[in-house]
Amino acid sequence: MPSASATLPHATRRRSSSFGDKVFALACQAAGLFVLILLGALIIELFIAGLPAFRAFGIPFVTSTDWDPVKELFGAGVSIYGTIVTAILAIFLAVPLAFGIAFFLTELAPPWMRRPVGTAVELLAAVPSIIYGMWGFFVIAPAFAQHVQPRIIDTVGELPLIGFLFQGPPFGTGLFTAAFILAIMVLPFIAATMRDVFEQVPPVYKESAYGLGATTWEVMKGVVIPYTRISVVGGIMLGLGRALGETMAVTFVIGNANRISTSLFGPGNTIASLIALEFGESETGSLKLASLLALGFILFVLSFAVLATSRYLLRSRLKV
Amino acid sequence: MSLALSFMSHPGPRKDAATAARLGASRKRADRIIRTLCLAATVIGLVLLASILITLFYRGFEAMSLRVFTHVTAPPGSEGGLLNAIVGSLIQSLIGTAIGTPIGMLVGTYLAEYAKDSWLGNAVRFVSDILLSAPSILIGLFVYQILVLPFGGFSGWAGIAALAIIVIPIVVRTTEDMLQLIPNTLREAVVGLGAPKWKMIILICWRAALAGIITGILLAVARVAGETAPLLFTSLGNNAWSTDLSKPMSSLPVTIYAFAGSPFEDWIALAWAGALLITLGVLSLNILARTLLRSRI
Amino acid sequence: MDRRSLLLGASAALTLPVFGAKAQTAQITGAGASFPNPIYQKWAEAVRNAIGIQLNYQSVGSGAGINQIRNRTVDFGATDAPLNAQQLTEANLLQFPTVMGSLVAIVNLPGIAEDQLRLTGPLLADIYLGKITRWNDPQIVALNPGVSLPNLAIAPAYRADGSGTTFVWVSYLSAVSPEFREKVGVGTSVRFPAGTGARGNEGVAGTVRNVRGAIGYVENAYAITNKLVTTQLRNNAGNFVKPDHKAFVAAASAANWNVPGFAANVIDTPGADSWPIVAPTFILLPTNPTDATRSANVRRFFDWAFANGSKLAEELEYIPLPTSVHDAVRAAWRQGFGA
Repeated sequence: MPSASATLPHATRRRSSSFGDKVFALACQAAGLFVLILLGALIIELFIAGLPAFRAFGIPFVTSTDWDPVKELFGAGVSIYGTIVTAILAIFLAVPLAFGIAFFLTELAPPWMRRPVGTAVELLAAVPSIIYGMWGFFVIAPAFAQHVQPRIIDTVGELPLIGFLFQGPPFGTGLFTAAFILAIMVLPFIAATMRDVFEQVPPVYKESAYGLGATTWEVMKGVVIPYTRISVVGGIMLGLGRALGETMAVTFVIGNANRISTSLFGPGNTIASLIALEFGESETGSLKLASLLALGFILFVLSFAVLATSRYLLRSRLKV
Repeated sequence: MSLALSFMSHPGPRKDAATAARLGASRKRADRIIRTLCLAATVIGLVLLASILITLFYRGFEAMSLRVFTHVTAPPGSEGGLLNAIVGSLIQSLIGTAIGTPIGMLVGTYLAEYAKDSWLGNAVRFVSDILLSAPSILIGLFVYQILVLPFGGFSGWAGIAALAIIVIPIVVRTTEDMLQLIPNTLREAVVGLGAPKWKMIILICWRAALAGIITGILLAVARVAGETAPLLFTSLGNNAWSTDLSKPMSSLPVTIYAFAGSPFEDWIALAWAGALLITLGVLSLNILARTLLRSRI
Repeated sequence: MDRRSLLLGASAALTLPVFGAKAQTAQITGAGASFPNPIYQKWAEAVRNAIGIQLNYQSVGSGAGINQIRNRTVDFGATDAPLNAQQLTEANLLQFPTVMGSLVAIVNLPGIAEDQLRLTGPLLADIYLGKITRWNDPQIVALNPGVSLPNLAIAPAYRADGSGTTFVWVSYLSAVSPEFREKVGVGTSVRFPAGTGARGNEGVAGTVRNVRGAIGYVENAYAITNKLVTTQLRNNAGNFVKPDHKAFVAAASAANWNVPGFAANVIDTPGADSWPIVAPTFILLPTNPTDATRSANVRRFFDWAFANGSKLAEELEYIPLPTSVHDAVRAAWRQGFGA
């Protein structure tokens, strides 16, 4: 522990204290290593458990749109598609809202309002996933099925170029509903990150812009956003990473169809929802269970990539 | 709405009337539109929260009764409650937190006090942050592979292990953040008095960061108490009264998940009662944690 | 320390009457199928009070149940999909049925009353294959003279979670439609070419409630308690039957139970009044039990349920097995375990 002793000139004065220091430092370091090993074991364990599926289907497992438990044909294509589509759609829905909220909380709201409103938005992140699932299924899905979707299908669904995205029966569930619920769930993460980085913009920058006669929006557009751009993208990626792996809420509303539907109102699958829904009916040692675990591994790789990017982008903020 | 008007007509904080007058009409209009949209976004966010809470209160209160707390889950048509699920959730969340917290605190301490910029420290910090946002269902699968399969079945211990893994990165984050807030002068003063570093950390730094760390622990309890996905394949659920950690153990979220999809009205009603309970619990813990942090810093 | 144990004792004494546990209850454990879970819980409650055997049944799904009994981590497994004779021999398991359930089709069509719409199995198969897509399809109209069917898209809903309910439903569709058997097949979760999934009975029923033109399948118990709009079906004898108790019992008595593992086919049985979608659910009991007493207690449990549990089953809209089947199962126990 060279760094420790460097900051502790008197630590070696007594043997007992130096012994205590060693034990404590070792315990801390062991705990740190434990976390490293934990993540490593998680990756390796999922990969090994999914290996039979990778062996049986090869690389095409990742792209194959087969998922037929009866014929024992499995592929990750449909659920990867569903995972990415719902997560990205959720981000598209959540980012404008999150931006609006962050802007409101940092620049517009009177000071007395900022804390309660900010807390309320953050509480959205604390509501358990399964509650979103029940709310989505018992409140949002009926509303979508009876009011929102029929109208969109009859209007936008008839348009030439984008119409195919909004066709089919108005089930109320499906990819779009899942994305909608996901959007609400990741909203607080993105909004909180944006608010935090907006607040870090040195006031002097903003004041000089105001001094030049800029409006609040112009200060935002011309000063705050350029200054915080990278971190904002990092916050969005954090939301994306969360959306990819969200399970329970999606499970209630996604519709679990093992096929790719071009319509956003159609049913689909995400990796996490497929695992949750199919796990109970998979026997140990079966190809189906191995395929589910292989899907778990793929999900981990996906979220790892997104979360690592997010962290990299948000880190540059810390170093500024 | 009077509130909204007052804030929108309110000139920007750092603009005087003269500069405002010089603004072009279109710029002012754009500004007003954006402000309105931002207010709308915030209102939408609040309405969504309200909608969730109102739904929970409306459907949860209908089903709420003393029976929920005094009876275990029962077959449909029999007088059943959620006692085993509530107790199971408490046991698993609390033991999971109790196991995850010391590990998390040590890791956080390691990052803040020993390995600030070392290669290993950065790696640990990175991995811990990944774990913080990793899909919780994968943690369930992992524990299924390492604890459920080899040891002959679903158990409370497996559920606890999965929850502990979720607790660790939360506590790591808050511990490190809180320790970093402690001024170095304090550390130097203590070390200057001849105290060994470990005493300095435990007696001075941890104590100074106590409120923050407790906040982290409360948030961790709140987070794991509401987790369903990691428990599905680990502690599974149990319809009977059981506090045996080597057996499958009931929990509120898993019971809600099972009952909400069931064909029986009384089970669905219990699912709503459970949903209300768990949300109230989790939100109060969050508010408590925030208040605690604010009152101390 | 003393005080704590005193407190623990006191709280245990207080809680005992609440849970109705008796001092000398014999424990048995089972795991598996979700379809019979409610009735097993109900029987467990009754048996505990009657003869002091406490069943702890975990509804983990048929697949997991089979797996657990193969590993002998429970005293019995439960499955909706029967194992065949070879699988039973390999794993040293005795299989017997406990109770039956029935499925009904539910629809959401404006102006269509309960049990008004007439459908056939092949039609249902074509609907779930995505071949018949509108309610005013000539084939549906031809079956329903005098009923005005709307020009509405058919929105089929199925179970998103792997379930015994789906197993029974696709068993029926595969039995009546060779094309369905070929393209989809039979399993607790299958790939439906059309429609959307929803979680649990509540999910399917909710989707059907929400969507005009939707059709779904649920357990009969659920259709009754939730007053869902069910349909008539044409049975094997060519008659249209309504889903009622009489039709379910007729189906059960028309089945041939004298097959290995009692894996009787109650789907689409030939009786004139038979409801076509009825299925038994099964218990898997090791023939070489690790603990003979526990194994005997499992048999005592189901013996009690056979003798006294039929009324409870009917309350939850399950269909008790014919008495002759009860006797045949008891004979198989005697043959397998000698007692």
